[in-house]
Amino acid sequence: MTDRNIPVTEDELHAYVDNELPAERRSDVEAWLATHPEDAGRVQSWRAMAEALHARYDSVVNEPVPKRLELERLVQQPRRWLYGAVAACLLAFVAGGGTGWIAHGAVAASPSSFQMFTDDALDAHRLYVVEVRHPVEVPGNERAHLQAWLTKRCGWTVRAPELDATGLKLVGGRLLPGPTGPASFLMYESASGERFTVYTAKAAIETTQMRYTTQNKDGAMFWTDRGVGYVVSGSSDRERLAQVARLVYDQADKGEKSGG
Amino acid sequence: MIPALRRYARALARDADIADDLVQDTLVRALRSERLFLGGDVRSWLYTILTNLNKNRRRSLARRPQFMPLLENNPDASGTEAESRDIARALSTLVEEQRAVLLLVMLEGLSYREVAEIQGVPIGTVMSRLARARAHVKASLEGERPALRRVK
Repeated sequence: MTDRNIPVTEDELHAYVDNELPAERRSDVEAWLATHPEDAGRVQSWRAMAEALHARYDSVVNEPVPKRLELERLVQQPRRWLYGAVAACLLAFVAGGGTGWIAHGAVAASPSSFQMFTDDALDAHRLYVVEVRHPVEVPGNERAHLQAWLTKRCGWTVRAPELDATGLKLVGGRLLPGPTGPASFLMYESASGERFTVYTAKAAIETTQMRYTTQNKDGAMFWTDRGVGYVVSGSSDRERLAQVARLVYDQADKGEKSGG
Repeated sequence: MIPALRRYARALARDADIADDLVQDTLVRALRSERLFLGGDVRSWLYTILTNLNKNRRRSLARRPQFMPLLENNPDASGTEAESRDIARALSTLVEEQRAVLLLVMLEGLSYREVAEIQGVPIGTVMSRLARARAHVKASLEGERPALRRVK
């Protein structure tokens, strides 16, 4: 139901160039362009623009993908069952054959055991402690803002504990996806560049006993407090880690009491 | 999929390292997330994550002084160097939402509807952002000083 006499709008010119125009209107637009050189010029300039973009950026597609972006590398992490499934999907798309996601049944449950929880935290720890450029989202000199923001987003009281007694200064923090909702992530650093992280997320695990685990060269202390799980990750030196974890534990406890 | 994400990130963020950081964070987030299992279009979803990560990155940079590279260190293989610098420079003068729309439609070939979903706005907003972005880039390429008007 189109009419040659209906003027072509600017929106239609864009839609024409982007192949978004209904097929029955295309010939109208083409007829219009034949008699409106100014519009034809604009359409031409947009096409040239698209060519310039492709000329500038298509070479990126042919570059070898850097090692750090190789899925095999990103997949070699805990929660392999989950990574594996999603990675398979991503790889399918890389190969150009992705037609849809069918493995729903493969991962129906999302268990959040102590081990899984700690794996998540260690995963985040390893990912961000090597970051030089942006290890955190909010820097440590905005401590009050950081605490208020994370508390608001997470739904429990997030305090960035003072760890100066162990030689650690707050680098800052960020919000992360946790097992069942948001997780807060705080990073600390010593004068020598040694980094510790404190990860908290909702945990449906009723235990207050501190547990220790180690993976490769990283160690982690896990405990829960009023439905919130804590993981302090850092040095695999158990004593050093326990010293830091103890300070975090004591201050989190105090914060909860004075807060409510 | 990863090569296309890298292309989009490179055009969006300009700096090659920052661009690959964005892609890495996008992939990690995608691999960590369980949202994928609810179904949907993986391609759009990855572009959405990357677009949002870049928006967040820029927001966190907004309060600090920003340093731009003096020279593009990756002149393209085809086309003249000056030309490629021009399109890159023209892109850099766009506001964030407009640059994302322009790249998603013109470089990545996504539909208006997909871009609307990625940005969480109506299709009409996508179209007006695209129109403004094209006008702005055209003016910039033609050597006019682009007006630094902040339009949403």
